[in-house]
Amino acid sequence: MERGTQRINGRLASINGKRFARILKKDYFSRWQLYLLLFVPLAYIIIFHYIPMAGMQIAFKKYDFSLGIWGSPWVGLKNFQRFFNSYQFTSILMNTITLSFYGLFVSFPLPIMLALLLNAFPWERYKKLVQTVSYIPHFISTVVIVGMIMQVFNPRTGAIGAIYQLITGQVMRDLLASPGAFPHFYVWSGIWQEIGWNSIVYIAALSGVDAELHSAAQIDGASAFQRVLYIDFPAILPTATIMLILAAGKIMNVGFEKVFLMQNSLNIARSEVISTYVYKVGMTIGTGDFSFATAIGLFDSVINFLLLVTVNFLSKKLSDNYLW
Amino acid sequence: MSAITVNQKKTNSIGYTRSDKVFFFLSGVILTALLIVVSYPIIFVLSASFSSGNAVSSGKVFLWPVEFSLEGYKAVFRNPNIVRAFFNTIFYTLLGTFINVSMAMMTAYPLSRRDLKGRNILMLIFTFTMFFSGGLIPSYILVKNLRMIDTVAVMVIPGALSVYHMIVARTFIQSTIPHDLLEAASMDGCSDISYFFKILLPLSKAVIAVIALFSAVSHWNTYFSAMIYLNTRTKFPLQIILREILIMNQIDLSMVMDPELQIVLSNLADVLKYALIVVATVPILCVYPFIQKYFTKGVMLGSIKN
Repeated sequence: MERGTQRINGRLASINGKRFARILKKDYFSRWQLYLLLFVPLAYIIIFHYIPMAGMQIAFKKYDFSLGIWGSPWVGLKNFQRFFNSYQFTSILMNTITLSFYGLFVSFPLPIMLALLLNAFPWERYKKLVQTVSYIPHFISTVVIVGMIMQVFNPRTGAIGAIYQLITGQVMRDLLASPGAFPHFYVWSGIWQEIGWNSIVYIAALSGVDAELHSAAQIDGASAFQRVLYIDFPAILPTATIMLILAAGKIMNVGFEKVFLMQNSLNIARSEVISTYVYKVGMTIGTGDFSFATAIGLFDSVINFLLLVTVNFLSKKLSDNYLW
Repeated sequence: MSAITVNQKKTNSIGYTRSDKVFFFLSGVILTALLIVVSYPIIFVLSASFSSGNAVSSGKVFLWPVEFSLEGYKAVFRNPNIVRAFFNTIFYTLLGTFINVSMAMMTAYPLSRRDLKGRNILMLIFTFTMFFSGGLIPSYILVKNLRMIDTVAVMVIPGALSVYHMIVARTFIQSTIPHDLLEAASMDGCSDISYFFKILLPLSKAVIAVIALFSAVSHWNTYFSAMIYLNTRTKFPLQIILREILIMNQIDLSMVMDPELQIVLSNLADVLKYALIVVATVPILCVYPFIQKYFTKGVMLGSIKN
């Protein structure tokens, strides 16, 4: 406080009063208007993001509709213990981890390879065509994607079923009803949908590569493949690292929408993941056990957050790429 | 003579060597395989939607329409549920996109100003929500307490600001709009708010287009918030109806008593699904080409800023 006054006094001494008033007015009013712009977004973020975070306390309570979030009695870690001891705990956790790791291992490198191939490919118009077509599936909604899978793989009327019948003369078995096929459908339909779109980031990063680097390497006798390997690939590593860190923060967060739509009573053993289980426990079984569902959600969020922090920390130690 | 051949050889080698050609051939094969795998299901759905119900149900369609007909589309547009849901979705998408873009720009501009006091703290308050959230149940309780269940507001307000979009916009403002402009404007007595509306927004068209595209696609395609928050059928967006028809297989055949007509209708069920997929997807796909020119730039900016 004192230092502030001193500073203002100093400024007052050095400049005449009129100019000071103008500076003060400008500083004050400009900020005031900026804060006014921020008012609504800030109120929004507090109400719709921070209040629910505070609401997570019901994970440690026995939520009672009439008492509300703050009035409900504390129960300690009972909800968490119930989840860890439930017979579904292991299978849900395993399903979640399988889907996300399988997804990560396949869908992380493929867009990078696509970007490298596209970038090196010399035939511009064909390149553009492949790019444009590969973006289309990104715009298709999850509901339609799942609907398309069900239609196309329908043993009787779908394209794959019809082709299978044409070749073998037999009716294909219903792959969507087999639990073992679920992770493959989930992961590969995701790749089908997003490979082109996810490659955009890497193509953008590759556009920053100096063209002279390529011609110099070419004169030195580097083949096209070598140039991809030793010029293009290192150029996208920073972007790839950042994308990997971000992906790590979502490992446990297998999206609800698609899994839920692909679930049926036949594949449920392999397709029940944390997010769908939270939904079922919280919103569909009877009146919904809010506290128990929130505890599961909190467990999930905390693990994701810890993974993000850890991977970011490791990446900071091992390379120069990190989020914060 | 020899000089000429050397010369020719040189231009050739600056072109491609044999190993390069092998590499390009292989990448061509891979890219073509990708092109087929991505486009085949799309072509199949399109062709099936223009085929007769009979041809689709008996699995005769492989690549091109068989027994060309528009009966699938006729069935789609005769269904009042689908038509109403279609217009609901257009309404939610327009309103939601407008709110998203306004909120993102309103947040991005002040946070792009280096002279804003407490900028880092504010930035942290916003970005933290990207990595940690209260989850489904606490959000549901909040929406319920705000009495927003089964209202139009619930479709656009809880997701009003995407922090990711805000960061893309902020990076755009910081990297493309020169700081001198603000100084010049404030010299001329332009206040921050009028600078925002008169100078910053018109110069930010590219990023606004990109954010609008992102928002529109997600509003058009989402079904989750409608599923948990809406109860009234007349308010349902298209995706909910799509889920009923495509995935839960709820096409009302029981109301038809005539068994012969039932067979005709059940034949129609499959072709209706394909036509419905096309009707639900084409409008949002049409937005993309208009925005494409701004697009790579915008995504690139977002990625650089990680």
